[in-house]
Parts: sequence; C-alpha cells; structure tokens
Amino acid sequence: MSEAGTFDTVRRGLSLSPELRSGLAGTVGLAVLQMSGRVAVPIAVQQGIDHGINGPSGPDPAVVAVVVALTLAALAISTLCGYLMTRRLFTVSETALGGLRSRTFRHIHDLSMLHQQSERRGSMVSRVTGDVDQISQFLQTGGVQLLLAGGQLIVSTVVMFAYSWQLTVVVLLSFGPAIGVIRFFQKRLAGAYRTVRERTGVMLGAVAESVVGATVIRAFGVSGRTARRLDTAVDDLRTAQQRAMRTSVLSFSSGEISAGLALSGVVVAGVLLGVDGDLTVGRLTAFLFLVTLFIQPVQIATEQLNEAQNAVAGWRRILDVLDVDPDVADPDDEGVELPAGPLSVRFDDVSFRYPGGPMVLSDVDLTLDARRKYAVVGETGSGKTTFAKLLTRLMDPAEGTVLLSGTPLTGVRFSSLRSRVVMVPQDGFLFDATVAENIRFAEPSLTDDQLRTAFTELGLGDWLAGLPAGLETAVGERGESLSVGERQLVALVRAYVADPDLLVLDEATSAVDPATEVRLQYALDLVTRGRTTVAIAHRLSTAESADEVIVVDAGRVVQRGPHARLVAEPDSIYAKLYASWLEQTR
Amino acid sequence: MTSGTGNDVLVRGLRVLGRAIRTEPRLFTISAIGSSFFGFLIIANSYVVGAVIGRVVVPAFSERRVSSGGLALTCAVLLGISGLRVASIWARRLGAGFMQFRLQARYRRAVTRRYLALPPEWHQRHATGTLLSNASSDVEAAFAPIAPLPFAVGTIVMIAGALVALFLTDWVLALVGVALFPALFALNFFYSRRMAPRQIHAQRMRAKVAAVAHESFDGALVVKTMGREADESRRFGVFVTELRDALVAVGRLRGVFDPLMESLPSVGTLAVLLIGTWRLQSGAITVTELISVAFLFTVLAFPVRAIGWVVGELPRSVAGWERVQAVLAAEGDLSYGTGDLPGTGPAELRFDRVDYRYADGPPVLSDVTFTVPAGTTVALVGATGSGKSTIAALAMRLVDPESGSVSLDDVKLPDLSAPALAAATGLVPQIPFVFDDTVRGNVALDRPEIDDDAVRAALRLAQAEGFVSALPDGLDTEVGERGTSLSGGQRQRLTLARALAGRPRLLVLDDATSAVDPRVEAAILGALRESGTSLLVVAYRRASIALADLVVYLHQGRVVATGTHTELMDSQPGYRDLVTAYEKADQ
Repeated sequence: MSEAGTFDTVRRGLSLSPELRSGLAGTVGLAVLQMSGRVAVPIAVQQGIDHGINGPSGPDPAVVAVVVALTLAALAISTLCGYLMTRRLFTVSETALGGLRSRTFRHIHDLSMLHQQSERRGSMVSRVTGDVDQISQFLQTGGVQLLLAGGQLIVSTVVMFAYSWQLTVVVLLSFGPAIGVIRFFQKRLAGAYRTVRERTGVMLGAVAESVVGATVIRAFGVSGRTARRLDTAVDDLRTAQQRAMRTSVLSFSSGEISAGLALSGVVVAGVLLGVDGDLTVGRLTAFLFLVTLFIQPVQIATEQLNEAQNAVAGWRRILDVLDVDPDVADPDDEGVELPAGPLSVRFDDVSFRYPGGPMVLSDVDLTLDARRKYAVVGETGSGKTTFAKLLTRLMDPAEGTVLLSGTPLTGVRFSSLRSRVVMVPQDGFLFDATVAENIRFAEPSLTDDQLRTAFTELGLGDWLAGLPAGLETAVGERGESLSVGERQLVALVRAYVADPDLLVLDEATSAVDPATEVRLQYALDLVTRGRTTVAIAHRLSTAESADEVIVVDAGRVVQRGPHARLVAEPDSIYAKLYASWLEQTR
Repeated sequence: MTSGTGNDVLVRGLRVLGRAIRTEPRLFTISAIGSSFFGFLIIANSYVVGAVIGRVVVPAFSERRVSSGGLALTCAVLLGISGLRVASIWARRLGAGFMQFRLQARYRRAVTRRYLALPPEWHQRHATGTLLSNASSDVEAAFAPIAPLPFAVGTIVMIAGALVALFLTDWVLALVGVALFPALFALNFFYSRRMAPRQIHAQRMRAKVAAVAHESFDGALVVKTMGREADESRRFGVFVTELRDALVAVGRLRGVFDPLMESLPSVGTLAVLLIGTWRLQSGAITVTELISVAFLFTVLAFPVRAIGWVVGELPRSVAGWERVQAVLAAEGDLSYGTGDLPGTGPAELRFDRVDYRYADGPPVLSDVTFTVPAGTTVALVGATGSGKSTIAALAMRLVDPESGSVSLDDVKLPDLSAPALAAATGLVPQIPFVFDDTVRGNVALDRPEIDDDAVRAALRLAQAEGFVSALPDGLDTEVGERGTSLSGGQRQRLTLARALAGRPRLLVLDDATSAVDPRVEAAILGALRESGTSLLVVAYRRASIALADLVVYLHQGRVVATGTHTELMDSQPGYRDLVTAYEKADQ
C-alpha cells in the first residue's frame, strides 16, 4: 500500500470525483447561514443584557422580547438552511461515491488477469464496498459535522473579533499549544488506526480459515491450534483498538484543557479591559458564550479528524487500485476488427514470464491452421495454461507477438476479440442465477426457445428436461447445486451460443461422473466442429481425437504432430505421457 | 431479518445493553461514573460562569476596580474544573472503549469456538459469508451502542442534576427546562424510530452491492473471456444507484433532525432570557442566576445527543446480537467418548446397517453394511449422488449416522475420544484445504509427534517432495491464503502428505487425487498400498478402482454389491455400465 500524504490523497480523490465540487459554493453558503443562526444567540444575550436587563430604566422585558423574537426568526431560517444544506451534501456526495464505486468496479474488471490474481478476492470486493462505505459513513456523520464545525469556527471568530479583538487574541493563544499537540497525536493516531485495520484483516483471515477449513480441522483434531490462532488474532486486534483509543483520548484532552485556559483567560482579560471601560457586561457575557461556540467545533474537529483518517485510508486504497494501469488494455477506437471467417493462429517467437519470475514459456514459434483441432498437452507446470492465456489475450507476452489471421492480438478491439475468441475455463464458473441466465451471459438476446434448441443441438435436451425447473433451475452459488461435470456442460453451452471462431478449452482435471462425461464428450465434439479449437488437454481422449497434438515441456514446445505419429516416437515425452494415461485407464 | 415494532426493538436493545453491562460491570461503572461526573462539572461550570459575571465582572465594571484575589480564585476554579473534566473524559471514554473492545473480543472468541465445535453438517447449512460476518460485523453491530452508552447514562444523570439546580434557582425558569428536556427526548425517539427502517434498508443494499461485486470478481475470468465488462458494470450500477438512494434517504431525515436538535436548546436559552428578564424585574432572581441558567442551556445541547446515538444504534445492535446468539445457541455438537483405540497397525472399519439423511431431506444412505478389513484397500464406486462422500464423512465421524453404527476394530466411533479418533484416522477431502502457513506447518499441524523427518517422509510418500524442494524456502515456504501460490495438484499432494504424516490406521481418500497428473497418481496409489494402512477410496479412474482389493458398488444410497472388480464386472450389469461408460469417455 502506498503511503501518499493525506492532503495528496484528498486532492487526487477530489479530482477523480469532480461531482463532489458541484454546487459546493451553494452548500457552503447554506452552511454559513446555518452557523449564523447559532451566533445569533450570544448576540441576543449581549443585546438583551446591555439594552434590556441593564437598560437605563432597569430590566425591560419589551426590549428583550423584541430581541428574542428577532433571534427566533434567525433560528428558524438557520434550521431551514441546515436542512437544505444536509440534503444537498448527501445527494452530491452519495452520487459521487456511487460513481466512484462503479468506476472502480469497472477498472478492476479491466485490469489484466495477472493483477486480478495478485489481489485477494476479498480485498478487491472491499475496494468497491467497505472502502467506499468508509468514505460515505464519514461524510454522513463526520463530514457534515466537520463542515459545520469549520463554518462555526469562522463565524464565531468573526463575531468575537467584532466584540473585542483583544479577547479574541487571548482565545486564539489558548488554543495555540493544542494545535501542536493535536498535530503530534494525529500522526501517531494514523499509525495506530493503520495497525487496527491490518489486525482486522488478520482476524478476518483467521475466522475465514476456521470456517472454510472446518472439516479438515475436525478430521485432524487440531481445533486447539486453530483456537489459539483465533484468540491471538482477536486479542491482537483488541490491543490495537485500545492503543488507538488511548491516543485518541489524549489528543482530545488537549482541546479540553485549552477550553479551560480560554475561558479563564477571557475572564481575566475581560475584567481588566472592562475596568478600563473598553467592554460592557453584555459583551463580556456574550463572549463567554462565543467561546463555547468556538470550543465545540475544535473538539468536534479533533474527533472527526480521526474518523477522517479512516476515510482517507479507504480513499487511498481505492486510488491505489485505480492507479494500476490495465496493462492488457482494450485498444478501443484505435484497434481493428478481426478479419471475417475462420481464424488461424500464429505465435511469433513468444516468451512469457511473470514479473520478476523465471520464464514460463520460451521461444514459442508456431502456426495453427484455421478450422483444425489442436490439443496442448504437458505436465502440470509445463506452461500449457499460459499458452491458452496468451492466445485469448488474458495476458500479453513478454516478448514476441501473437497473431490471429495475421492481425496482432494487441491491436484487436476487445468487442471484436471477445466475440470471436471464447475460452471455457477449467472450473466452468457459473453465476448464482438460473441456467437460462447463465447461458444468456454470452448472448443476452436469446429467447427461451433458442436456448432449448442450443441444448438439443448439443444432445443435452434430455439432461435439461431432467432438471427440476428446466431452464429456470437455479444453479446456486458458483453453480454448486450442479455437479462439476454438469457445470462444465452449462459452460460449454454458453460457449456454443457465443458462436466463436476460435474456441479455447481449458479442460477440467477433476473427475466427472461417467454418465456426464459421456454427455460432455459428445457435446464437446459438436461445439468444436468447424471451429479452430485449442484444448488444454488433461485426457488422452482429447489428445487422440485432435488433428494435431502440441507437447509442451518446461516452457518449450518439444513435439508437434498427429497423435499416431507422436506416440510412435520412442522415449519421447508424449510417448511417456501416453503410456501413463493408458496405465490409468486399462 | 429481525423486524418488529420500534418499541419492541427498544426493549430488546436495552436487554442487550443490560447483558453487556453485566458482563463488564467494572468498566461500565468507571465510565458511567466518569460521565456523570462530567455532567456535574458542566452544571457547575455554568454556575461558576454566572457567579463570575455577577460577583466579579459586574462589580468590577461598575466600581472600576479589580480584586486580584477574586480574579485569581476565578482562574483557579475554572482551570480546576477543566482539569477535572479531562479526568472525567478519560474515565468515560477509555472505560467505554475498553468495554466495547473487550466485549467484541469475548464474543468473537465465543462465536469462533462454536464454529470449531459445531459439526460439518451445521457448517454446510450456513454460507461462508454469513459465518464470517457473524464473527466480525455482527459482533461489532451488537456492541456498537456501548461506545456512547456511558455518555448517555451520564447525560441522564446530568439532566436530573440540571433540573434540581434549576428548581433550586427559580421554579419558573425550571419550567423551561421541564418543557425543553422532554421535547429533546421526544425528538430523539421520533428520529430513531423513523431512522431504523432506513438504516436497515441501506444496510441491506450494502450487502447486495457486496454480493454482486463478490460474485462478479469471482467470475472475473468468464466476464473477461466473454467480453462482458460493460454489462457487468451496468448490472452493478443498478444496485449502486439503489444504495445511493437509500443513503440519500438516510441523509434527508438527518437533515431534519440535526438542525432541530441544534436549535431546540437555543430556543430554551431565549426563553430563559425573556422569562428571566421578567423574573429579574420582579426581583425573584439575580443577574448571576439568569446568566447561569442561560449558559446551562447552551452547553446541555451537545450531551443530550448521546442518548440519540445509543437509541439510533439499537436496531442494528439487536439484529447483530440475535445473529450472534443464533450461533452461540446452535446445537448438534458431537459428543466424544473417552476410549482409546487398542492395538497398533492398520485398523478394520465396519459399517453396520447405517442410515443417513441431511436434516429433513430424503435418505442419503439406507442400510449400508460393509467392512474394510485391516490393511486392505476398498474402493467406493457409484454414480454422482450415490452417497460416496457421505460414507467418507461417516467413516471419519464428521457426522453420525441416523441409525446403525460405524466402528473401528470393533470400537464404535462415538466411544472414542476426539484425540484418539483424530490419531487413528486420516482424511484427504475432495477439495484440498491449505492453511495460511508454511509447508511444514501445513503438514505437521503442530502435532507434537510429527518432526521434520516425518514431514519429509510424508511428502515423499505423497509424491510432493519434488515440488516442495523446488520452492524458494523449502519446508519454510509460506503457501499463502488457501495455498494460492500452489497448483491444484500440488495442494492435493500437500493435503495428502498431511494425512499421511499422522500415520493413520485408516486413511480415507475422497476423490483426492483428481487434479494430479495420471502418472503421479499411479505412483501415489502404489506407495499407499505398500504403506500397509487400511484404505477407503472414493474412486473414478479405473486404475484406482482396479488397484482395490475390494469394491463396494453403491446405487442411490444402497450397497448393491461387494466384491473384487472382476467379480462385479461379471455379475453387475449396472457396475459394468458405469465403469465402461467412464472408459468410453476417457478414450
């Protein structure tokens, strides 16, 4: 996490959400009007005392009544302004934050797979939820108060000056030391709250482990160990919270002490001034009221600045994500369309490595013809999945170029690329929705009849009919109401209706029950027909039925050719792989 | 979701607060006393200010003479009050904060203890996300009103004190207070009542937004490969807009409440000024008293809001508390016996007329009887949903049968103590679970009898030694949350090594090598057979099935036949279909 300064973060955050500034002048104007209402009361007290109570002919309720009536009117206006101001502020800030949520959400989707994977999923979610909520919650409570406190501070200072500049200087001097103290604590508080957030993360991680790993923890009888880890995480968090609280209270106290100093300073200086005839009783009394109006915002500010630290931290984390360039970016208008018709593939001296890591794929140079079926095989970690990711432009090569029908992949507009090239990932991820909605994910315009036809065409009509609610069957979170094989079936239909010209299949490794397996193979056969197909194969049946097999070992293409020829090359890697497959199935 | 009338929530909320106070009486007392003392000081301060004006300022101004002794005394008193106020704030805030944090920690421990104690079946019925928020945000919500609670208690004491002081000063002015305080309370209650449903709605929308984001990022690969970023953003945008509207609705209400809360005490001050002048005229009060009372109303405004904070948090608190209580009160713990498993070496597993069903569902297993003789390998074969994984769970006593019994070496599993059971059995589940720990930590799991040699031996047996030695720090390599730095096959081998390290007398593999390359799988199964443990394998690949000494063929929760692979191929057409179907598929 970068530790950009608070000011910097706020400035950048504001420039990212220009909506926040819209109508700001009006909002501030209303806030000032609201504040003026608060100052009206001390002024009323002064006027009441000097002209009503200490009037020339003794206490005069009539004068006081006029003063009170005028002040009540001012209060009413102030209250109304307060309502309008809060309403405006909420509408503007929540609209802006909603925009920020949406923008960050889109940005995360635009990030390359590499970046998406390097972040924990939970932390990506909190960029668009918890972190924005933190800003929103701050604005909802502290933000309003802080704004009003600022207004109150200014207005009360101005009125104090009007009554007596000498006493105002006394007040300001009393708060001088506090500002230094608060600044000192502010830094330590920022650190303390950072620790709290970090430990909250650790605590959540420990809880997640105890929940997700419940079965394993029980099976191995290690609940004692897990409980100890949980206790440590929970107590570490508590200690951090308490430390932050102590620092915050110390910081708050300095404001309180200044208040005492200011009050007594004003009395002493006021009496001395009054004796010289520079001040009336009413003015001094009003001043004491004003000092409380001055103290309140200072205290609120110290409180809310702490909260603000949290909000700024949330903002900073969002900016950190927005700062990450989508390195595998859509060329958009500068891009081109893929040429129509079947697609061929060319890898031109392609190498890939993860940043700072060793080469995963080296000097891959090959051409795949259109409309043919290819199987890429190799052991775990050989680089075959990387091959698929480069082919679909989920990642860009470190060196070399990937071309589809002669067009470099990096220059192809995503709208064209994603409609012509489709990948079926290993786990056949499904959304928590119905079967129909999951298929429509690829092609939203399809009618129910067209969906049913698609299933029938792939020989899955009976399977669909066997589902409890047919197309409307809910598949559950991540598709978990279906078996692994059935999830792959749905993912396959989804790819089928997308009607791509290049299909990339990352075969699932996990075992599928035989009946589903048969369906899967049949459907696969139909889906791949007439398209350029690249299957990352884990089954020998896929390799055998491919037009050509590409064997990857330690990041290099070591063999290539039809199954029958490769398997006959003695001692070749493919021959060994094939032998062990056979051993498994016979 | 908990709903109900506002009063109902209030009562239940107060009960939660009562519970919290009884749990941390010492801290609560400290902070409540601090807070009450703070209230007393606020009243005292007002009277001191009044006295200063009346007895020091007015005479000084009229006589044009300063009594330095009086001034010094004034300063000393004002500063003294200020110092005491700091002390009272420390007591209030530290007491309240520590109380809140201790309660959170206590209930987080309690909730997670339940997670560890409740059986896997209970875990299955609850979404991971829900359990996570039970231990984090629900606990937090339950005790959210604790932070302002002592302040609110102190405020009530202060208001009582202020009323007494007012009546002692002048009964007419006191009536202003009598009118004002109830108005403040009424406004607060009205606000909380109206706010609660809006807050709950906003909270629900927040959860919805989080759920959509979570799912969308979960499926990021599909979104990307299908080029659906824009559509996903639109889908997300709909919920974002709804959340915004919900939050703006909260803001509107706040916009009504906050300025009114600010203005009411000012109205009180003005009333005091007006009525006070009249009372002054009639000689009932002095200037000192008038100013004291007017000052009192200005400083009272802020603390009164603490009551609003507490009341406002109550609905959230009640909802959180009830969710926490649901976990704490959840039943279904497995109780363990005290027995040890006699003998050493491979153990015999026996299922005797076992029936099982999940909650109120249909039967999953009916009348299942079979034996895994000591030292042999038995394969469970059956179509999806035939009950294989349930048998694996029963063999480990992750769940108990509805009727019938499961025993190891003739000792019924419920008679065994938890450590004895864990030591005797080892499970490698379908989906490997890896702890956020080192390789060593993941294999040994702090079991005292497992030293580095045992860890290495287990890794070797699980065919994991190769990739582990290639890791940057070998056994000390941190594998990251859920083992994200490892491949699926590597995770499976690591969890296999974990099970083997305990040298279990019965090992259960629930489709545990699915992500491993076929060649590696063959090597693993060969090594396991040689290790001489009793082995129960849920198998799909034909090679695994053929390796078994005995096959139990299941169909829809019943044992159809038991025998060797060859016997079943001959005698059971269903079995033959199942296995050959797979064979067809795999060629």
